[in-house]
Amino acid sequence: MGKRIYVADTTLRDGSHSIAHTYSIEQVKRIGQALDEAGVDLIEISHGDGIAGSSYNYGFQKTDEYELYSAAASVVKNAKLGILLLPGIGTIEDLKKAAACGVNAVRVATHITEADISAQHIKFAKSINMFVTGFLMLAHMSTPEAISEQAKLMESYGADYINIADSAGHMLPEQVAAVIKAVKAAVAIPVGFHAHNNLGLATGNTLAAIDAGATWVDGTIGGLGAGAGNTQTEVLAAVLSLRGYETNLNLYKLLDLDEQEVEPLKNHPQVIDSTSLMLGYAGVYSSFLLHVKRAAEKFKQDPRDILVELGRRGMIGGQEDMIIDVAYQLSKK
Amino acid sequence: MDKIKVAIIGPGNIGSDLMYKIMRSKYMEMALMVGIKESEGTKRAEGLGIPVTINGIQDLLGHKDIKIVFEATSAAAHAANAPLLHEAGMFAIDLTPAAVGPYMVPVVNLDKLLQMDTDNINLVTCGGQATIPLVYAVTRVAGGEYGEIVSCISSKSAGVGTRANIDEFTETTAKAIEVVGGADRGKAIIILNPAEPPLMMTNTVYVKIKDKNCEFKKIEDSVLDIVSQVQKYVPGYKLKVPPILDGDKVTVSVEVEGQGDFLPKYSGNLDIINAAAVQAGDRIAARMLGKGE
Repeated sequence: MGKRIYVADTTLRDGSHSIAHTYSIEQVKRIGQALDEAGVDLIEISHGDGIAGSSYNYGFQKTDEYELYSAAASVVKNAKLGILLLPGIGTIEDLKKAAACGVNAVRVATHITEADISAQHIKFAKSINMFVTGFLMLAHMSTPEAISEQAKLMESYGADYINIADSAGHMLPEQVAAVIKAVKAAVAIPVGFHAHNNLGLATGNTLAAIDAGATWVDGTIGGLGAGAGNTQTEVLAAVLSLRGYETNLNLYKLLDLDEQEVEPLKNHPQVIDSTSLMLGYAGVYSSFLLHVKRAAEKFKQDPRDILVELGRRGMIGGQEDMIIDVAYQLSKK
Repeated sequence: MDKIKVAIIGPGNIGSDLMYKIMRSKYMEMALMVGIKESEGTKRAEGLGIPVTINGIQDLLGHKDIKIVFEATSAAAHAANAPLLHEAGMFAIDLTPAAVGPYMVPVVNLDKLLQMDTDNINLVTCGGQATIPLVYAVTRVAGGEYGEIVSCISSKSAGVGTRANIDEFTETTAKAIEVVGGADRGKAIIILNPAEPPLMMTNTVYVKIKDKNCEFKKIEDSVLDIVSQVQKYVPGYKLKVPPILDGDKVTVSVEVEGQGDFLPKYSGNLDIINAAAVQAGDRIAARMLGKGE
């Protein structure tokens, strides 16, 4: 057998973006149980923008998030059950409430240059024995050397592994490899990778990350996720098997889950349409997609112009409010 | 006596910027910069001819002529200093998240607080100073079931303290959106953006209004009025997206450019909290001098 690759499935978190945060308790139970039975190592659940993301800025969640965590905890028996937490949005108090619902893992995410705002959250999560990931977003906006330094900070706070995210789906395989290689050399803990498919490279980039030393990889069922979506977990199961890597994944169960539960959820095709392609091309945060489409309609602008301007201004994850600003300013021209 | 003597505890970046602002004041005189060791900040004050101590609060308490103290240290330091300042008869203007005294946002509740029997007021957060005036502008005419703010500051303007305690920002600001802003429920989000050159501070406010029959013009006028009031002490406070009504949701955005007294202009977040503190200091000093402002 080849090396063991660990798979984090984020259908219930990144996938939440794609369906405008409408997961119900029943859907969470069915998907959570099926993911657990299909052998993923970590199941991530929360609002797409992490715990406490339910807001005007990112969209309100249809169901109370803590009820969803409890529902997931009632069916997940083997995998780690994690949430995403973005310091600046979610707090330690929120994390405590999630832990009380049965969540036992957290991925603490910051922009690729801002790791030091995660110190208190990572340390707290470790103090209550959670499995903790240091998660660095929008990796294309920094350099391998600088990213390594940020990863070392998260390692020093106590993270169990570092996850590098190409949140804009902008990176090419050689760029992914360079970042993962540098981070792998800088830290003693495992390294992972989170891809978006805006340029059609999600699976290829994930393989490039593994070749460069990553042992944790992210996916979602049916690719459900922000922008053009994520690496498909079921595709990973097939590809990793062909490569001879060891995982716990059961391909048939993942395929059944996609057909029976996830495909029926999709309210728009999870494909590379022109707007999501432009997200990847302009290097803009993937979760902006649906917000940009709405603002484009409201202010009668071309969504591509909005995306290019957001990229030019250097907007980062979480700045959904600036989509309105850009659309408004374009409408006044 | 035509000016009230004041001191600053904490000669860091915030304290230094405050010092320059106080030096322009009509009613306050910079009488002491208080540090606990020699630093760039204490040397800077000395260079400007301002008395300096590096022996901390004990030295300050001996200066019976000092009536107002600006605390620009940390929440823990102010929690320890507050009772001592109170005992010494000094009015504390607290820029830390300690919140020993009530939250103060000048255009919303400074007048009211001055009528109360308090000698300690708290400046909330930088994001609170930038956004709560707007939340209040909406809720005072249309009510507010829920207020949400998003503040984006440049990474360079976020100090070590903010970074190490980012939850304090979100929690304190959310609470003040309720207590001062007048919304039933508050939520605050902060983003640190590392773009170069650094971006100006931007703030977006969303309010879910209660009175759906409120004439939109009233909300617009109320917001414009508040913006012009804030501009009196923060000239770089600019309306970016004027109020937009969408069902029962009002959205409005502002940008804050700093005055560049000591800190760079992109640090509008630090400028607005300092300007608000000096605004309060001036009013308190004027009252002590028996002058209405």
